[in-house]
Amino acid sequence: MRQRLAVSKPMVGACGETGSWRVFRPVVDREKCNQCGLCEMYCPDQAINEEFEVDLGFCKGCGICANECPKKAIAMVREEK
Amino acid sequence: MTEIPKEEYLFKCTSACAGCSSSLVLRYVLKAAGPDTVLVMPACCTSVIQGIYPNTAMNVPVYNVAFAAAAACASGMSAAFRAAKKSTNVIVYAGDGGTVDIGIQALSGAFERRTDFLYICYDNEAYGNTGMQRSGATPTGARTTTTPGGKPDTKKDIDRIVEAHDPPYMATACSAYPHDLFKKVTKALSIRGPKFIHVLAPCPPGWRYPTEQTVEMGKLAVKTGMWVLFEREYGKVTINGPSRAAMIKPLPVEEYLGPQGRFKGISREAVDALVSLARRNAKRLSLEEEGVC
Repeated sequence: MRQRLAVSKPMVGACGETGSWRVFRPVVDREKCNQCGLCEMYCPDQAINEEFEVDLGFCKGCGICANECPKKAIAMVREEK
Repeated sequence: MTEIPKEEYLFKCTSACAGCSSSLVLRYVLKAAGPDTVLVMPACCTSVIQGIYPNTAMNVPVYNVAFAAAAACASGMSAAFRAAKKSTNVIVYAGDGGTVDIGIQALSGAFERRTDFLYICYDNEAYGNTGMQRSGATPTGARTTTTPGGKPDTKKDIDRIVEAHDPPYMATACSAYPHDLFKKVTKALSIRGPKFIHVLAPCPPGWRYPTEQTVEMGKLAVKTGMWVLFEREYGKVTINGPSRAAMIKPLPVEEYLGPQGRFKGISREAVDALVSLARRNAKRLSLEEEGVC
């Protein structure tokens, strides 16, 4: 078999740090949060973990978490340059 | 509620657009399928967002093939696995263009040969990857780059085309209901033979709505009755909970069409055509569920 096949290897961050795309950053208000887990469930990029911490290295800032939060515990804050 | 495994087979982070529902769908498909899975992918958004060679965000083997060949490739792959006495899941993950337009002959052939595989069509109702050109799955009245005045023709009903092949299992799903999708993929993979799941995947840049409304848009599609969630198991139709509620009391269709830029300035006739088609489909499905036809 040929030694050099065009096979990609799986890794975290294969497309670079997509967090740099973000315009608005989600901020979780722990006081209001009732830990329902909807934000983690609906995040397309799994940037929210089970402790509801946002991985800002990868969060693209789409805002689905803030929109779906039933307690409105996530605010979208503009990123400072 | 079904327990969803914590393992992720789609690593952080693909280069999909912010708010992409295809990534959300693929996340739950892979959770349901597990590590013993091979994905076959024709040209579609997901074939370009995997990562930059030599890295990939997919933690299962992925085979990228030509647009028209996905189901044919999966056919051979499935035959080889079964001959080697392996029960590896073969899943085709294709967009609507690769299913209803370009890939339809391979899809039809594989279903006719009774290939043991699962075909998932994630439907954003246009060729999203190349900049939203009209596809066979684009609904009436939707503006795309090739139908700037709104599409005059109706959406091709791929579910009825697949149904004509009499598969053991087929279903529709929506990215806004990940638990439902997870259950359907799990059920499909437990059945031998050709399976088909048609997933509605709202697309923020293509449908022209703000990124945060992706899940909301999916829910509205179901609640207004524009998308029906159903399963067909050995010919027996079951309409799922959210759609059953929508059939009794649907939300006004304007709530779904209004926020979408692609339906801006849609004519009254096109809205009526969309609604009457949706109602006719719902009626037919509920009659089939009752066993009338």
